[in-house]
Amino acid sequence: MKVSMFHLMPHRELPDDFERRYKSVWVDPPFPELADPDRIGQFYNWTLDELVHAARVGFDGICVNEHHQNAYGFMPGPNLMGSALARETNGMDVAIVQMGATLPTTQPPIRIAEEYAMLDCISGGRLIAGMPLGTAMDACQVYGITPVEQRERYYEAHDLILKAWQSQEMFAWNGKYTKLGKVNLWPRPVQKPHPPVWVPGTGSYSTWEFSAKNDHCYCFLSYFGAKAAEQTMAGFWRFVDQFGLKQNPYRAGFLQLVVVADSDAQAERDYARHCEYFYRKCMHIPLHYFGPPGHQDYRSLEKGIRSGLTLKIGQELEAAQQYSYRELVDKQFVIAGSPATVREQLIEACRNLHIGNLMVLLQIGSMPHDLTMRNIDLFAEQVLPHLRPLWDDEPWENEWWPERLRNKEKEQLS
Amino acid sequence: MTATAGVAERRVATLGGQVNPRVLVAGQGPPVVYLHGAMGLQWDPFLDALAQHNTVYAPEHPGTTPGDPDAIKAVDDLWDLVLHHYDLFDELDLDAPAVVGHSFGGMIGAEIAATNPERVNRLVLLCPVGLWRDDIPVAQFLQMTPQEVVEIAFADPQGELAQEFLRMPEDPEQMADALIAATWAQACTGKFMWPFPEKGLHKRLYRIRARTLIVWGEQDRLAPPAYAEEFASRIGGARVERIRDAAHLPQLEQTEQVARLVADFLAE
Repeated sequence: MKVSMFHLMPHRELPDDFERRYKSVWVDPPFPELADPDRIGQFYNWTLDELVHAARVGFDGICVNEHHQNAYGFMPGPNLMGSALARETNGMDVAIVQMGATLPTTQPPIRIAEEYAMLDCISGGRLIAGMPLGTAMDACQVYGITPVEQRERYYEAHDLILKAWQSQEMFAWNGKYTKLGKVNLWPRPVQKPHPPVWVPGTGSYSTWEFSAKNDHCYCFLSYFGAKAAEQTMAGFWRFVDQFGLKQNPYRAGFLQLVVVADSDAQAERDYARHCEYFYRKCMHIPLHYFGPPGHQDYRSLEKGIRSGLTLKIGQELEAAQQYSYRELVDKQFVIAGSPATVREQLIEACRNLHIGNLMVLLQIGSMPHDLTMRNIDLFAEQVLPHLRPLWDDEPWENEWWPERLRNKEKEQLS
Repeated sequence: MTATAGVAERRVATLGGQVNPRVLVAGQGPPVVYLHGAMGLQWDPFLDALAQHNTVYAPEHPGTTPGDPDAIKAVDDLWDLVLHHYDLFDELDLDAPAVVGHSFGGMIGAEIAATNPERVNRLVLLCPVGLWRDDIPVAQFLQMTPQEVVEIAFADPQGELAQEFLRMPEDPEQMADALIAATWAQACTGKFMWPFPEKGLHKRLYRIRARTLIVWGEQDRLAPPAYAEEFASRIGGARVERIRDAAHLPQLEQTEQVARLVADFLAE
């Protein structure tokens, strides 16, 4: 099992009445009213410090992602963060997991091929290349991408990036959305034929199909936790089977919010308000923002509405905005408690979901720097070592992990 | 969309057979092509009224014909969409029909009339979108809830017509059908309006030679009525009619008055 620390880089100090005063945490919260650039600079540096610390204490990977005009996560240039992380972790056996630069909103998309190749060179072949479609908020509302074109743009950008990394010859790219006469990428990635590709998704069938066809790792990024993910991941594994692929747990990734303290009671004292802050303020997003017409292709739209899934996701989000810490923990939106509690629940969750690449969000909402560092330490010392061997007695290879880092524990042991 | 009595259906092939839209046809008299707005085609009382004096051809926008959602993929841009409409005219044996367009349909009608002025002999624009002024921005209605749209699109958001617009079928399957159809219609029309409907029409309007009538609801908050003059000032001889107690759907909010205005204009 590979375990990476995920960071969203949230605003940690939103006002108490934020969710009553403002329409949304995403797209329209006014920066000048809500934030001070000097203070935000501190948040960025804490974010980098926390991720580098996670690398030092033994996490397998460190993850950042891309959002725009979003007070719960504002790394509009994830590769800027990734660059600092790659440099700071030189010599460490940690993957730089970019989850990642958004394909349909980067024009021309070879910009991502170039930047990822730079990161792979700087890190010495430690890059995992996340290829997100982008949320409707980021891609359509903020970056002006026509919803019905978003997936087509994504597929085309993906094909171009993969070809640009691998082609031995200069080529012309005659795409629908990108036309380039002379593609001859400098630099090329260290990893051959290319860095592992992870595709983040929220349960849509089209994304499963895309990941399977291209043999990429599918990552279910949900804030609703392991229990709520069971149905989706069961659907994914059924799909993988029907597609004729093996049930290799490393083919899938999952994101889980986790907080660890010395005891369950201490966890509640330390983390309750930060978890509630996350769901009340950071998840304060009008439902219709998620699905402007055309953001889902026709098949996913139809499936979502007819199966009731679209309605269910909406109801879950609205309910989550009201949950108390205890409800969040009961429902496993957050896996919280003593090291023993967290170990037990996480191992069971990973087994149930059948996932080999776990991402844990350890800085949640308003969680201050010191507390985050403690959460990272406790997780690394008392949880992480117990998760690692999860799939060791099965014959799977993590084909979606940088090759140079794949067997680091085994090498260290021998 | 269900066809009512006296309304016939035709299927035509455009863009080399890649798009096969359904066209609803009714009435007798000089031909009128009706281009629907962002929500898709509904056969409504205004079209009934129009069909009393004209042969009405009401095509469905590419992708919105049931069973053919992927047709939208064949229409890459506005240029394809304009050509699609000339193909459609050819298929229907319409040399130079009158074109009546509502909202998004008005924008497309104007594009068709501007690109090849010989293909449109009269043009009626009902609250068209397509122009942009920073001081009176057109509402970004594709990014709003239906309730938010009703607040700005109807003169009386509490009235029966507005409430009817919001009402969903009670049968779960029919409700799903309606929701999917409405969402996909906005997806397919939205392809030419995202993030807001300004695609350079202002540069082309001068080419229109068809006699043009512009109809606007006085209380339109979706596309402010001041845009009537923006259109009129760019289209030679265009006439503007403002409708009281109407907003963005004047042909449904004041059907009798608008139908008479349009019928008289087309008969002139």
